[in-house]
Formats: sequence, structure tokens, C-alpha cells
Amino acid sequence: MVSIFFATHSRNIPEAVCFVIANFMSDLLAARSQMAMSLAFHIIFAVVGIAMPLMMVMAEWKWLRTRDDVYLTLAKQWAKGTAILFAVGAVSGTVLSFELGLLWPEFMRYAGPIIGMPFSLEGFAFFLEAIFLGIYLYGWKRVSPWAHWFSGVMVAFSGMMSGVFVVTANAWMNTPAGFELVNGKPVNIDPIAAMLNPAAVQQVVHMTLAAYAAVGFAVAAIHAFMLRRDRENLFHRRAFVIAFIVGAVTSVLQPLSGDFLARQVFRYQPIKLAAMEGQFETERRAPLRIGGWPDEKTGTTRYAIDIPAGLSLLVHHDPDGEIKGLNEFPRDEWPPVAIVHVAFQIMVGCGMTLLAASLAGAWLAWRKKKLCDQRWFLTFVMLCGPLGFIAIEAGWTVTEVGRQPWIIYNYMRTADAVTPMPGLIVPFISFTILYIFLAFVVVFLLKRQVFESPRIFRPPERTKP
Amino acid sequence: MMTQAELVGIVMLFALTFYALGGGADFGGGVWDLLARGPRTREQRDLIASAIGPIWEANHVWLILVIVLLFVAFPAAFSAISIALHIPLTVMLIGIVLRGSAFVFRSYDTQRDDVQRRWSRLFAAGSIVSPLMLGVCVGAVASGQIRVDVETGVVQTNFFSQWMAPFPFAIGFFVLALFAFLAAVYLAWEAKDPMLKDDFRQRALWSGIAVAVTAFGSLLLAGDGAPMLRSGLAQSWWALPFQLLTGAVAVMTLAALWLRKFHAARVLAISQVALIIWGWGFSQFPFLVAPNLTFTNSAAPDNILRSLLIALAAGAVLLLPSLWYLFRVFKRRED
Repeated sequence: MVSIFFATHSRNIPEAVCFVIANFMSDLLAARSQMAMSLAFHIIFAVVGIAMPLMMVMAEWKWLRTRDDVYLTLAKQWAKGTAILFAVGAVSGTVLSFELGLLWPEFMRYAGPIIGMPFSLEGFAFFLEAIFLGIYLYGWKRVSPWAHWFSGVMVAFSGMMSGVFVVTANAWMNTPAGFELVNGKPVNIDPIAAMLNPAAVQQVVHMTLAAYAAVGFAVAAIHAFMLRRDRENLFHRRAFVIAFIVGAVTSVLQPLSGDFLARQVFRYQPIKLAAMEGQFETERRAPLRIGGWPDEKTGTTRYAIDIPAGLSLLVHHDPDGEIKGLNEFPRDEWPPVAIVHVAFQIMVGCGMTLLAASLAGAWLAWRKKKLCDQRWFLTFVMLCGPLGFIAIEAGWTVTEVGRQPWIIYNYMRTADAVTPMPGLIVPFISFTILYIFLAFVVVFLLKRQVFESPRIFRPPERTKP
Repeated sequence: MMTQAELVGIVMLFALTFYALGGGADFGGGVWDLLARGPRTREQRDLIASAIGPIWEANHVWLILVIVLLFVAFPAAFSAISIALHIPLTVMLIGIVLRGSAFVFRSYDTQRDDVQRRWSRLFAAGSIVSPLMLGVCVGAVASGQIRVDVETGVVQTNFFSQWMAPFPFAIGFFVLALFAFLAAVYLAWEAKDPMLKDDFRQRALWSGIAVAVTAFGSLLLAGDGAPMLRSGLAQSWWALPFQLLTGAVAVMTLAALWLRKFHAARVLAISQVALIIWGWGFSQFPFLVAPNLTFTNSAAPDNILRSLLIALAAGAVLLLPSLWYLFRVFKRRED
């Protein structure tokens, strides 16, 4: 289809180039790549929009209560970085809302009304977030201090809620509910049942915690990096403590929510769980495989460290529990096993490292040591900086690739949802270049802000707001 | 009695109106950033930046709301538009991304002139491309050329001819002129310095003429390009008085600008834009995507529409006071 289109239309060099590229990648693959790239890009900014406002509000609260100006400076500095990241998140989110139709019109024609409720509510949450962020960023001198702080609370709350609603819609793709199928068409739709689908709560909790953990640790890492050169700077010391608390509390809770979610996946999407764990054969006393490389051809997972009966124990809380293997399912319903398994290992590995850093911090605090004075600890947290974001990207890879070949699990295949539009590699490449450019600029601007951050050493002056 | 689908359609028309009045004027600000000149170039740019800074992200959400309402309530229309207008929509999105990110990068990058100028150009390019392509898409929908099989959802399209035509582009330029006009009227009202007020008054008058020219051009092209729209605008009983009213308001806006009645001009310009959008909406009725998709045959089931309307009502209770507060904080007249 693609080649026919371009062969009949190509008259000049750009189109001839398109012809060559279009044959390099199928439209379905291009559409999936564009969607994956757009989501992977947007999620970074989306989680910043969820978690940064919370930290800003915490810093501003400390200022309102103690009148210690360092906290006010901190809230303002964090707000500057957030402004940049939020804007990129807002525009890349707009792209996604259109891409649902541009790339997957059949999916939206089928599912739009069913998952409309969370998307509509998300629209309002995002609206409130944008409104109060405007007041927060530009209103320092225009509204009273408490009204300003309240605006920050509204940003933090609506930011979290908009994440909750979007994840709910995604959960529906994994565990579709709230409709019946008659002659291939969804009927008797119950939008509330669709929104409260079986995966919703587990996915929402996991993703919300992930947002705070990733951003908390990334911000703590930046301030740890600065503290290693500038240990007495009160600005970084206070910033580090707030960010580390947010990252650590959520990182400790995250494994529990992961267990909750994994057991839900086992119940509703056993094939995804089998791919995550590299489990080909159905067995009791299934081992937990750490690392390794699943080979779809031979049906084995090699080079893994096996913990005997570990998987059965985790899933069933019973070492004799039975785990369904991939071989139970038709071959054309398998997701790409290696990608799912490896991504899952990466996610868990990153999460466990963050857990270790959190516990180390808790232990130091319990021993009444100042977190900011332990150089090894600052180094540890600094190295943990990117791990939360890597875990988020890997986790979404597990969720999305693990659902393939379905776009709506067991109802609609991804290949049947894609647009008839040919030459999809062109928008894919265009958006990729655009986003790479934006990423470079954002990193450059944030880096400059970090190095221009204030140096405060004297005991704080206490001023009226 | 109005059906639920029509009620959702009304809400969408409101959202589009607010998007044009807010987000549209923000795009218009980008146009005037590009065309800033004269002895007060710097002051013009600063006024534009401070006018749109706190509100552009909130204004932008109206577009997302329209899209969400479209795919929840009229999934067949959303799907058809997304397929037939893939290319202009994609170009519009790239414009939206460039506009928003260049604007915020410019605010937080060094204040050196060359760096600022580079971001300004991208900001302006995005501010021109997005409304142009938005207009092209609206024109393509209004032209009644997007044919859809109602049962299967199959769209007859070669992905070009529905929008690559004179009428959609005429609407594109009309929308661009309208947004620039709206921005100039707002800025003339918002400026404090009388000289700066006059800069934008001049711009408002010129762009007001551009609005009139592109409007007449679009009407002429509508004979061939959008026959259904034209007959809707010509044959209904309300059409003639409605068009006369819109024209009268347009003339009054220009008169108010001429007389330096900036507050009146702002109110009149807002009414003018609202009248244009509602006139378009009603002349399209009952078609959502003419000639096949109507508000009735592309609508989601009744219980979905009902729950959507309830969600909209509940959301509005939170949204409208918040929006009112935002505009009260940043757009209250201080003199």
C-alpha cells in the first residue's frame, strides 16, 4: 500500500527518499514507534508535573511556618525548573491526545466512549493544574502568601489526579471491562465499570508512587551532586532533605505496590506475567529468575540466577503454587518475550537500588547523623538520580509491550487499530527529531539553572512574607 | 427539546469559543511578536510575553477538552477527521509544540539578544502555523468533502484533496487574521503606555481589515468549496439577520478602535468572534462531518452521553470559578 502510494505519486527527490524510507519500516511499526517515542518522552515531563509541585508546596509550607527565607528561595528555584518542564509536558501531552486518533482511529472509534469517563475527568484535572500553575508561577506578588500556597496545593493535587485518570484508561486496555460484545460491536457500555476496571487501582498506585520516587530521587541527586562540592550551602541542604524524603518514602512503599500489581497481572494477564518472568513451561515451585535472556525459539530462559520456588512464593504466597507458562498460549498471542523480561528486570533492579538508598538514609537518620554530611551517602544518592526514570520507562515497556499483540487485551489487535494513512515513518521521524531537539534544550537550560543556584551560608534571616 | 448529542455539541461550541478567545489570542500574540517593530519593539514584545505568560497553558486546555469531547461523544467523527486530516493536524501539532516550548525557553534562557531572537522566531513560527492549520482543518470539515461509510467507519480519502484546496486555506488565513486581530485588540486594552496602546490600536485596525478581506474571500470560495455551508448560511431564516449582526458588530469594533474606546473594542471583538463561531456551528447543523456524519448518527450511546454531561457539569463547578480567579488575578483593569 505504501509503496503503491509513493510509486504513483513520486515525481521528485524528497518523495523518492520517502519511498526508500517507507519500505524500510512498515506503517504499523512506524505507528507503534511514534506512539512509544511520544509516550516515553511525555512521561518524563508528566511525572515532573505530578511530583515537583508537591515538593514546592512542602518548601513553601516550611517558609510560611518558619519564615526561613532559604525555603522561599528554594520554592522559587524549583518553580523555575518546573515551569520549563511543565510546558514541554503540556504540549507533548496535547500531541498524545491527538495521536490516539491520528495513529489508532479504529481503536478510538471502538473504545472512545468506553474510556471517555477517565479522559473527560483528566481534562478537568489538567485544566485546574494549568490554571493554578499560572497563578503559582506568576502570582508571587499578586496573591496573598497563603492563597499562593493553596494554588500550589491545587497544582499538586490536580497533577496527581490527572495522572490517576490517564493510568485508569490505560488499565482498561489491559483488563477491559464495562461492556459486552455483540456482533463485534461494544454494547451495554457502563463507563464507571470501565473506569474501575480490575487493573485500575493497582496500576494507579504503582504509577503514582513511581512518579514521586523518580522525581524525588532525581532532584535529591542533583542537590547531592552540588553538596559534594559545596557542603555548607544551606540552599542545597534543605532541598536535598525535602527531595530525599519524598523519594525515600515512596521508594519503600513501591515494592509492596509492585507485588499487589504483579499478582493482579497473574490473574488477568497470565501471559504477560509469564513473559515478565521468562516462564515458558507451566510449573509448580516455579523459580524466580533474576536476569537472564529468554529465547523464544528454544523456549528457555538462559543465564538467569534462579531462586527456587521464588516466583510461586511471590505470586501465590505458597511455594507449591502453579504458574502458567507461555507454552499454554497460542504462539501468535505471545508478546516479544525477551523485551518484556529484560525491561522487567531493569525496572525491578532500579527499584531495589532506590529501596536500598532509602533504607540507608533512614538508618543514618535513625542514628542521628546528618544526611548531608555523609559523603558516601551523597555519592550513592547522586548515582541513583536517573534510576527512577529508567524504572518508569522500563515499567511502561513491560505494560505496553507485554500487552502486544493486543491494543485492547483479548478484544482488538494493534494491527487492526492502525490508521490507513501511508508513509507513517515521516511523522515518526519528524516528531523524533523535534523531541530530541527539545530534550537537548531542556537539559541545557536546567543545567544552567542548577549551576546558577544560590549560595546561602549565614544563618537565615527571618522576614515577613 | 434538544437531544443529549446536541447538548454535547453546544458544550463543544462553547469550548471552541473559549479556545478562540483565549488560546487564539495567545497565538495572535506570537504573530505580533514577529511583527514587532518601530521605536517600541522591545516594549511590544515584553507586553505580549507578560500578557500571555500566566494564562496560555490554561487557555490551551480548551483544545484538549474539545478533542476529548469529540472522541467520547462522537467517536466516528473523531476517527474520520483523524484519518482524512492526518497531515494538517500533524503540522498543527508541531506548531503547538514549537510555540509552547519556544515561549517558555525564551523566558528562562539568557536575556542576550541573539538567543532571545532565535527563540522568538520559533515562537512566532509556531504561532502562525498552528492557527493556519487549525483553520485548514475547520475549513476541510466545513467543506463537506470528507465522505465516511457510517457502518464501517471507512473514510474515502487520498489524505490530501480534502484539505489541499482553496477553501480550507482561505479559512486558515481567516482564522490567522482573526486571532491576530483579537490579540491586537486585547493588547491595546492591556497596555498602559499611551504610545504602546496606539501601536496595538494600529495593528488592530489593520488586522481588522485583514479579517474582513479573508472573510469575504472565504465566502466567495464557499460557493464551490463548501456548498453545504454556504446554503446553510444563506437559506435558514436566521441566517441573514445573524450575518447582519456579525457584520454590524465587526464595524462597531473597528469604530471603537478608531475612537480609542479600548474597553468597548475588547467587548465587541469578543462578541464578534463568538458570533462567527456560533454562526459556523449552526450553519453546519445537523452535520458534524458533512456529508455523512451527523450529530445523531456519529454519537455514542445515550447512557455515555448522559454520564459525560454529568461529568461536564461537575467539572464546570470546579473549573469556572478557578478560571474566573485566574483572569481576575491577571487581567483585572488597574486604572
